[in-house]
Amino acid sequence: MATTPAAREYSGTHDTHPEHADSDHKPGFFARWFFSTNHKDIGTLYLILAIVAGTVGGILSGLIRWELYEPGLQVFTEGSLLDRLGVFEGKHGYNVVVTAHALIMIFFTVMPAMIGGFGNWFVPLMIGAPDMAFPRMNNVSFWLTAAAFVLLMITPFVDGGQGLGAGTGWTIYPPLSTSGHAGPAMDLVIFSLHLAGAASILGAINFITTIFNMRAPGMTLHRMPLFAWSVLITSFLLLLSLPVLAGAITMLLTDRNFGTAFFNPGAGGDPVMFQHLFWFFGHPEVYIMILPGFGMVSHIVATFSKKPVFGYLAMAYAMVAIGFIGFVVWAHHMYTDGTPINMRAYFVAATMIIAVPTGVKIFSWIATMWGGSIEFKVPMLWAMGFIFLFTIGGVTGVVLANAGMDYTFHDTYYVVAHFHYVLSLGAIYSIFAGFYYWFEKMFGVKYNEILGLIHFWIFFIGVNVIFFPQHFLGMQGMPRRYVDYPDAFAFWNQVSSIGYFIMVAGLAFFFIMLAEAAIRRRKGVPNPWGIGATTLEWTLPSPPPFHQFNDPPVVRAEGH
Amino acid sequence: MRNSRLTRNAPGGLLGVLVAGGVTAFAGAAFAQDLLGQPTPGPTMGLQPPGTEVAEAAHFFHNAILTPAIVLITLFVLGLMIYVAVRFNSKANPTPARFTHNTPVEVMWTIAPVLILLFIAIFSYKLLFQFNDIPRADLTVKVTGYQWYWGYEYPDQEIAEITSTMLPEDQARAAGRPFKLAVDNPMVVPQGAVVKVLITGADVIHSWGMPAFGYTFDAIPGRINETWFKADRVGTYYGNCRELCGADHAFMPVEVRVVPRAEFAAWVVRNGGVLGQRPASAASAAPPTVPGAAAGPQTTAPQPAAAAAGQIGTPAASTVPAAPVTPAAANPAAPNPAGGDPRPAGSVPTSPTPAAPAAAPAQ
Repeated sequence: MATTPAAREYSGTHDTHPEHADSDHKPGFFARWFFSTNHKDIGTLYLILAIVAGTVGGILSGLIRWELYEPGLQVFTEGSLLDRLGVFEGKHGYNVVVTAHALIMIFFTVMPAMIGGFGNWFVPLMIGAPDMAFPRMNNVSFWLTAAAFVLLMITPFVDGGQGLGAGTGWTIYPPLSTSGHAGPAMDLVIFSLHLAGAASILGAINFITTIFNMRAPGMTLHRMPLFAWSVLITSFLLLLSLPVLAGAITMLLTDRNFGTAFFNPGAGGDPVMFQHLFWFFGHPEVYIMILPGFGMVSHIVATFSKKPVFGYLAMAYAMVAIGFIGFVVWAHHMYTDGTPINMRAYFVAATMIIAVPTGVKIFSWIATMWGGSIEFKVPMLWAMGFIFLFTIGGVTGVVLANAGMDYTFHDTYYVVAHFHYVLSLGAIYSIFAGFYYWFEKMFGVKYNEILGLIHFWIFFIGVNVIFFPQHFLGMQGMPRRYVDYPDAFAFWNQVSSIGYFIMVAGLAFFFIMLAEAAIRRRKGVPNPWGIGATTLEWTLPSPPPFHQFNDPPVVRAEGH
Repeated sequence: MRNSRLTRNAPGGLLGVLVAGGVTAFAGAAFAQDLLGQPTPGPTMGLQPPGTEVAEAAHFFHNAILTPAIVLITLFVLGLMIYVAVRFNSKANPTPARFTHNTPVEVMWTIAPVLILLFIAIFSYKLLFQFNDIPRADLTVKVTGYQWYWGYEYPDQEIAEITSTMLPEDQARAAGRPFKLAVDNPMVVPQGAVVKVLITGADVIHSWGMPAFGYTFDAIPGRINETWFKADRVGTYYGNCRELCGADHAFMPVEVRVVPRAEFAAWVVRNGGVLGQRPASAASAAPPTVPGAAAGPQTTAPQPAAAAAGQIGTPAASTVPAAPVTPAAANPAAPNPAGGDPRPAGSVPTSPTPAAPAAAPAQ
């Protein structure tokens, strides 16, 4: 990293720095966790939400893999376990599970973990700020997100018109989401997205204001840590894309309830217009989910290579470029729906261009490692896993960018494999990398290295066994969102389902690791990673005091 | 595409290319044994065999350009990572370097991907426009997606909509046909004819997906999407609905039977259609009817059980018995020489469909 703290020391112990004794006064439990205005506490709340939601979403994907273990209907059918429990009944129930899995993982796992969790925790620490610019608004953001999650969790128990719940897929295309789902479950999904979107917009405003106004003296934008850069860019993407989603789903809501016909072809509307609006949000959204991961991985790779990030400015502006281009490629999700041929040709070109800044990032990470003195600690393994698996997801993205090829792969498991390689194996890997990297900093205790290693390797094998065969299913033409499939697809589906159980075993070690660390409580040190960890959070104790940087640290440039 | 013959006639040669590139997996090695027109069971690792020339071009693009390129790039990245892990781990290299810039290398890794992408783009655009350029059509079939079946209408032959529903399991198994792919009334087209397909949806969005033809196109209420195929080999081609359309999304397969022209003529006659020449202007200007607005209930054309079950379970052209020569064979089955539509493929917006379901009860 290009920045170092000033000579000022932040030991943070109460005896030597009496002013910290005041600032470390924590409110009572209820006030601290329910009315929280502290960026670190809110970050922790977001992480807890992400773990809870991720567990729910993971269980839902287990139902999917269970059903698809062999041809025929086993789980989503009469007389099954789910049928007796009265949830997710029948073939419609499968669609509800697919929809809920996607929405939970996107809006309530990846986004809260990366932006709400690590963003809240470490953006102020990294830029030398005492807190976020709008602490109360920060609290509103979190509780809106939590409320949105609750709304979404209610939907599977509410009438959707075809059965309980909304089974539209996360893309909620009309007319399936209008005339195809008459019941209130769909309205609840829309409200949930409204709340989650409002929360994210407020959060984005907060991050942008914080980063532009509250950097420590001497920390110019070009000396700012890359994670702060990534959150800044992500915030702009959120700010510009989410209002479009909000508009689209509001139109959906009025189409459903108040007789408008924005998307109703029977009255002059156009269902494809919704797709344009949705993907104008939806494509930046996928970068929203991955850019903070880019930032984290940059820090982790530099830390464990004991070497500054290679090509810092190129890394920062590659993210800017990815964010910008991310706004002009949306219709590559719509190659098969009759967009004009010239438009398709344009979107092919624009989409392929994204590979260039992405390539810059991949190669810069490798160049950061090049010549370094690499220690393969748990966070570094996750980061290296991220780089490799994100590359696989990236190159299949180049395949899909070609409209003529997408005609073959559109809405098949090839697409499912592609976006799970960049999300389930990309974004989630970077989240685990960040979690292990900052674990000691956040919670003040050390995790068990062996448990972390076991978690990594089993998870690595598991997710690859799940998702790599799905490329082959897609090549053979298996469509996505299928509750049942022709017998010919049985082999790879079974392999994929076996992979799920391996992954679950890996995740078990994650929770064992958490429990072990909580029980053993090995006291953490301010900087466990040594000379490679140069950002400001490592100058503070672990965990950092309740309020930090009451006197801003001064940052000076390192020769670069 | 001439060089695409490589992919069909010389799978061994293609395999050789891939092996030379150090890649065998991931690219359809077991190409020769793959079934035409349906997914191949077992550990298959490639695309379904192409059923049309354009699909062959897509195969060439995928198997000879894209897959080798992405596999090599991935292996290159993996190789670099293994190298740095071995060479620059803390034991092998205790003192880290401090460099953070190397302009020539940075320029190189920006330019090289651009060149690779430009190379890919040449083939990509060629393929895209190959899909797009619709030759003069011999025959038009209008496809309508319903929850949860397909409707096939032949405006040139004046055959009203035929509904095509998935065969129940017992019937499919009894007939030895693939369950969840086989239907009761497939789309029937003559061999070697340019078939223009007009695709629309009646209730929600569906997607008419046919892997062997290399595409899926969405069936959207209020719009007609246009595409085409020209299947030279007799056989049965299976596909699926590809856009989530509700509870039975997985149970509305697509089946296209490509039959010799004489057999098609007989099929048309059996279904009450008209075979004769139609005025060119009338054919090309024949407006597609809006879904559900056709007079009367959907007609399910009666089909002899033998035609539906006995002879079409196998995909290989050689096993299809020769069609009986009928007087109709002398009369070309798809004689419409001016059916081609000069409009580019893509969306042809139609007037609002009164049959499309109203989104709100207040309509």
